[in-house]
Amino acid sequence: MAKTDTARGLLITPIFQNNPIALQILGICSALAVTNSMSTSLVMGLAVIAVTAFSNMFVSLIRNHMPSSIRIIIQMTIIASLVIVVDQLLRAFAYDLSKQLSVFVGLIITNCIVMGRAEAYAMQNGPGLSFLDGVGNGLGYTFILLAVGFFRELLGSGSIFGITILQTVNDGGWYLPNGLMLLPPSAFFVIGLLIWAIRSFSPQQIETSEFKITTNTKPHTAQGSV
Amino acid sequence: MFEHYLSLFIKAVFVENMALAFFLGMCTFLAVSKKVSSAIGLGVAVIVVLTITVPANNLILNYLLKAGALSWTGVEGAENIDLSFLGLLSYIGVIAAIVQILEMFLDKFVPALYNALGVYLPLITVNCAILGAALFMVQRDYAFGESVIYGLGAGFGWALAIAALAGIREKLKYSDVPAGLQGLGITFLTVGLMSLGFMSFSGVQL
Repeated sequence: MAKTDTARGLLITPIFQNNPIALQILGICSALAVTNSMSTSLVMGLAVIAVTAFSNMFVSLIRNHMPSSIRIIIQMTIIASLVIVVDQLLRAFAYDLSKQLSVFVGLIITNCIVMGRAEAYAMQNGPGLSFLDGVGNGLGYTFILLAVGFFRELLGSGSIFGITILQTVNDGGWYLPNGLMLLPPSAFFVIGLLIWAIRSFSPQQIETSEFKITTNTKPHTAQGSV
Repeated sequence: MFEHYLSLFIKAVFVENMALAFFLGMCTFLAVSKKVSSAIGLGVAVIVVLTITVPANNLILNYLLKAGALSWTGVEGAENIDLSFLGLLSYIGVIAAIVQILEMFLDKFVPALYNALGVYLPLITVNCAILGAALFMVQRDYAFGESVIYGLGAGFGWALAIAALAGIREKLKYSDVPAGLQGLGITFLTVGLMSLGFMSFSGVQL
C-alpha cells in the first residue's frame, strides 16, 4: 500500500482500484438519481469533489483539537456548511441546473463518501494529503456518475451533453430512443453491469460467495440418472 | 380531508417510494438487507424516525426559518428576516438531535425496543432517506398534518422495500451467480427489477 501515500497515488487509486461507489458501496443514493443526463452528472460530481476535498481539509486542520466524543457533530456541521455554500453558488450561477438537481445537492450532506473520508482519512493525516484524498475520491465518484450518465443519456435521448449524436425518430432521424433509460430502474441496471465490467478487469475485487454449488457427486448408473 | 390524507399516504408508500423511485437511503438499503430480521428492525426504526423528524422540521421551517416566519416573536423588523439559507444545517441538526434523544429515551424507558432497534439508530442519522424526506417536505410546501402523514408513508414505503429486498437476497445466496456479479452486482440488478415493478404504480391516479 506504499503507493497510496504519494500524492499521485491518492488521486488515482480511488478512481479505478478502490472506487468508492463500485467497491466500497458508498454514496450511491445521489449517484443514481441525477444520472439521466451528462450535464447534471458533471455538476453533481464537481459539487461532491469540492465538498469532499474541503471538508477533508478542514477536518484535518482541526483534528487535534476535537474531543472525539463530539467529532461526528463537528464533522457534520463542517460538511453541512460547505454544502450550503455549494447550494447557494449553484442557485446564483446555474439556476436551471440547480432546479434539476432539486434536493440532491442538499443530500450531499448525507453522502457517505464525504463523511467516510473525513472519518477514515482526514482524522489521521495532514491537511494537504487529506485535500488530495478528497479530490481523488470525488473524482472516483464523478467517474462512475459520468459513465452511467453517458449510457443513460445516449440511449435514452440520443444525445451527449445535450448535443445530438443519434438522430431520434421524432426529429426525422433513425434512432428510436429507449425511454426506459430515462426512468429510475435503468440506473440500477447500468451500475450493476458497470460493476460487473470493473470486476472482470480486476478479479481481486470479486466478493466470495457464502455458499458454493458443489459438483454432482451422485454416481451415475448405466441407464443414466435415476 | 380524510381522502386527501389517504391518497397522500398511498402516494408516499407506492408511487413515490423513497428507495425505489428516488434512490434515497441506498447505502444502508444495500448494506443491511442481507437478513430479513435485521431489515425489518431497520425498517421500523426508519418509520419511527421519519414520523417524528419530518413534522419537527416542518415546525422549524414554518416558525423559525421561512421568510417572515419570525413575526410571531413580536420583535420589530422580525417579519423581514429570511433564514431559509440555514435550512440544510438546521434539518440535519434536528435529525441528529432527535435520533440521539430517541436513543436515550428508548434506553431508559423501553429497553426491549432499544435492544431491537439500538444498533440501527446511529446509522439512521446519516441515512439520505431521512434528510431527503425533510427536503421534499420543504420543496412541496406541506402543511403540518400533511407532513405527519408524509413522514409515516415515506418510512413505511422504505421499510416495505428493504424487507422485500432482504427476502429476495436470502434466497439469492443459494443461486449460482457469475463471479463478477457476485454480491453487489446482482443486488443492483435485483433492485432494478424491483424498481421496475414499482414503476407500474406510477400511473395510479389518486
